[in-house]
Amino acid sequence: MKRLVFLVPLALFVIALGYFALGLTRDPAKLPSTLIDRPLPDFDLPPIAGRTTGLRSADFHGGPKLLNIWGSWCTACVVEHPFLMELARVSEVPIMGVDWKDAPGAGEKWLARHGDPFTRIGDDPSGRAAIDLGVTGAPETFVVDARGRVRHKIIGPIGPAIWAGEIEPLLRQLRAEAAADTTQGATDVR
Amino acid sequence: MSAERHSRAMRGLAPGRIALALLALALYALPARAVEPDEVLADPQLEARARDLSRDLRCVVCQNQSIDDSDAPLARDLRILVRERLKSGDSDREVKEFLVARYGDYVLLRPRFGAATFLLWGAPLLVLAGGGLWVLGVIRGRKVGTASEARQTASLPPEDEARVRNLLESGKPDPETRPDRG
Repeated sequence: MKRLVFLVPLALFVIALGYFALGLTRDPAKLPSTLIDRPLPDFDLPPIAGRTTGLRSADFHGGPKLLNIWGSWCTACVVEHPFLMELARVSEVPIMGVDWKDAPGAGEKWLARHGDPFTRIGDDPSGRAAIDLGVTGAPETFVVDARGRVRHKIIGPIGPAIWAGEIEPLLRQLRAEAAADTTQGATDVR
Repeated sequence: MSAERHSRAMRGLAPGRIALALLALALYALPARAVEPDEVLADPQLEARARDLSRDLRCVVCQNQSIDDSDAPLARDLRILVRERLKSGDSDREVKEFLVARYGDYVLLRPRFGAATFLLWGAPLLVLAGGGLWVLGVIRGRKVGTASEARQTASLPPEDEARVRNLLESGKPDPETRPDRG
């Protein structure tokens, strides 16, 4: 019985070892967003060159949408882009873009070359809107519900696996929520 | 005219003065790291506060550097943002709150004391207390141990007691124990 006391440090060591081993498998660059379940911060971004409409946080009301942070300087965005083009073709979800810290005209040129999947784009040359969104890098994609609240954020390029596993099921749920909200609103009026 | 101006310039460039100027330049260069001259605030007191704050704020893209140390573009943006908030009259606490609201507690290089971090801050004290208790236990155990050992020697079997007495009196090695060496 008294011998067991000597096993206590060993047991603590093993527990700590397991804890640290677990920590090694997690990517420290993937910060959980502080915005989850909170409304988008207020922003009103001007359009990029070649476009007439910019992007405001109010544009997110009325149905679930994606918000994608990109830039012509961002190499991972080139990897992600064909998937966004595919989404714009086959899915009904609007993709809103924030052109983050781009030189004037660079975003427009990049879209002319790679295609334009965005419903609306806001220009954020100073990066202030991105800081308000807690963006640490590009690309990042937010899933925003019909009330303009952030429900999910994906750091790094999205592709078929993340779409099928994380985004699509959530969008389905958000559409159901939005539908319930509108019938709720209708009965309230009556 | 030009000769006069030339000589005046020469006088201005005495070796001592050059050394002094170089020394001043070298000293000036030491504290300046990632912070670029165009970011520095005119008010030295505000600038000092900005530097102190920046050293405690993590550059979220480079993990273990403060924004004061980092050359990352986002770190620069955050440095400028910190200075803007200070200029608009924010307290140090308010500036930190502003960034924590956007990036979470992770931006703070010095974690705050809270429900999630009390173990982190308390661990050294817990280890110290635990170690102290252990040492206390060992000391007490040793006292008890020596007392019982003394009792045991007092009640040595009669044949051993005779052998011990014999050894002490004769001063010769014990024939029953085999020497390790020699």
